Amino acid sequence: MATQHSRSAARFMMAPAVILLLGWMLVPLTMTLWFSFKKYLPLRGGDLGWVGFDNYVRFVSSSSFWPAVQATLVIVLGVLVVTVCLGVLLAILLDQPMWGQGVVRILVIAPFFVMPTVSALVWKNMFMDPVNGLFAHLWKAFGAEPISWLSEASLFSIILIVSWQWLPFATLILLTAIQSLDSEQLEAAEMDGAPVLKRFWYIILPHLSRAITVVVLIQTIFLLSIFAEIFVTTQGSFGTRTLTYLIYQRVLESQNVGLGSAGGVYAIILANIVAIFLMRIVGRNLDA
Amino acid sequence: MGRITLDNVTKSFGPVQVIPPLNLTIEDGEFTVFVGPSGCGKSTLLRLIAGLEDVSSGEIRIDRQDATHVPPAKRGLAMVFQSYALYPHMSVRRNIAFPLRMAKMDQAEIDRRVNSAAEVLNLGDYLDRRPGQLSGGQRQRVAIGRAIVREPAAFLFDEPLSNLDAALRVGMRLEISELHERLRTTMIYVTHDQVEAMTMADKIVVLRAGVIEQVGSPLELYRTPRNLFVAGFIGSPRMNLIEGPEAERRGAHTIGIRPEHIEVTEGPGAWSGTVGVAEHLGSDTFFHVHETGLAETITVRAGGEVGFDHGDRIHLTPREDLIHRFGADGLRFE
Ligand SMILES: Nc1ncnc2c1ncn2[C@@H]1O[C@H](COP(=O)(O)OP(=O)(O)OP(=O)(O)O)[C@@H](O)[C@H]1O
Ligand SMILES: [Mg+2]
Repeated sequence: MATQHSRSAARFMMAPAVILLLGWMLVPLTMTLWFSFKKYLPLRGGDLGWVGFDNYVRFVSSSSFWPAVQATLVIVLGVLVVTVCLGVLLAILLDQPMWGQGVVRILVIAPFFVMPTVSALVWKNMFMDPVNGLFAHLWKAFGAEPISWLSEASLFSIILIVSWQWLPFATLILLTAIQSLDSEQLEAAEMDGAPVLKRFWYIILPHLSRAITVVVLIQTIFLLSIFAEIFVTTQGSFGTRTLTYLIYQRVLESQNVGLGSAGGVYAIILANIVAIFLMRIVGRNLDA
Repeated sequence: MGRITLDNVTKSFGPVQVIPPLNLTIEDGEFTVFVGPSGCGKSTLLRLIAGLEDVSSGEIRIDRQDATHVPPAKRGLAMVFQSYALYPHMSVRRNIAFPLRMAKMDQAEIDRRVNSAAEVLNLGDYLDRRPGQLSGGQRQRVAIGRAIVREPAAFLFDEPLSNLDAALRVGMRLEISELHERLRTTMIYVTHDQVEAMTMADKIVVLRAGVIEQVGSPLELYRTPRNLFVAGFIGSPRMNLIEGPEAERRGAHTIGIRPEHIEVTEGPGAWSGTVGVAEHLGSDTFFHVHETGLAETITVRAGGEVGFDHGDRIHLTPREDLIHRFGADGLRFE
């Protein structure tokens, strides 16, 4: 694939895919930028002309903007912490030789196949319902007052639901990483006098750092835009209105496309800031 | 200090007994080499001594103290693995210091020991590199450094040189021998390289399917192999084993004669044959001789100047006093 001819042929053949992808990306992006500078209220007069940076100013100065940013970050960070910690533990457990390993592994991966909407509804109605939920029954069995999870501990509940969905992904990546650890390294550490916990800290964890980086990066990208879990549970109330959800409300509930688009541009900027931070903090793990 | 005794030690993996009851004593300060064909249980035996595998029965004593159920870290042994097993995310310095840090030694003492090990092994310039930035031989030295700083009662090596190229292997072989001369610590060394075994060992242990076939000094094994297996295994090229009338004439079931103990001549000799492949090594020439009526091939070692070629008819004369005689049971007798 190195000759002049084969390279231009490759370019030619890749062109359709590249053009399609570019269009896919550029068209919505340009439209978002376009609308964000307009006053556009589909049910109240339609396109009302250019307004400059008005939408941007209004979006940020709205009282719900900073809480939304905060809710987004809390959810993303919470889910990352839970999935990485539990993921490492589960991966170590699953790596142990045990009876029924194959079945257990499939069971662990299963939540990943459930649609976010479905799993959130299952959690909401079967576990967290303050009257009929399993948790309510559990609490009552111990004589405690059932908690109405989604209103009293709303952020925690959302983090719980989303973590449950992403745990399999983290576990899977970390498990493959653990399996690639040379067992002689662990034996060498054992002979060097490192007990189990130190072996974990000095050998396994550093070995996993690259996989953890990958998990953190990929999950962050997806978690910044979680929507379905909030839509079917709290509808953005009780402090669970993330940036994504706020934009949705601006566009569809308030029917203000211009304002929502400006929010979209902010979301893009936020995602990039987070990405740059992550790259700085963990990116060096990737080139080591 | 480092006397290791195995007393009726056995090891089974599930239903398969890899090591039948085995007795062995390794004296303090001895350089012992385990040799044997692939899969004969050399690594398993080493790992049993290290404590990385549990014995199925029997007893392991280190310095006359029962160590059978002592965890690896507490046995005072250091192991050098075939893959080196360095910690890739730590610098060379931290790798070597790792066992000392685990032993909670104070920093000044750690630095002193790491520096002196680095000096012994010529690692001074590399202390701040990661293992990934070192060559194979340097990695090997780091692995040895990590073993010596602990000042263990004995060193265990599992084929430590098998990943190195030929030239480097010769160099490292000498370094390890020198290290042994200097430290005088017990060393157990697993290899299937003839030359390593012959040149480094004080004592060679020949294993077959978990059974010790013979224990002795390299020359003992070379001069008086106990049975056909050891005779065929020790020495390179292999000893020629001959059955039939020639053997019966000497009152044996099988006779063995080493390639270097046969004289090659153009003129008359005891046996004759046709040269097949001639391997010229410069200093020596190995002739693989066919159609001798003794065995399929007879290997002969001659001087580098001897210039027979493929298809030449030659005569062979064994040195009668160096012929080994074996009975029908495979055992050697005088
Ligand atoms: N964990 C294990 N489970 C089952 N069988 C094993 C295990 N480890 C080793 N064996 C078996 O034990 C026998 C001896 O293995 P070992 O690794 O000691 O051989 P070796 O002499 O070191 O061979 P090599 O020279 O190829 O390294 C082999 O037949 C091997 O299949
Ligand atoms: Mg082995």
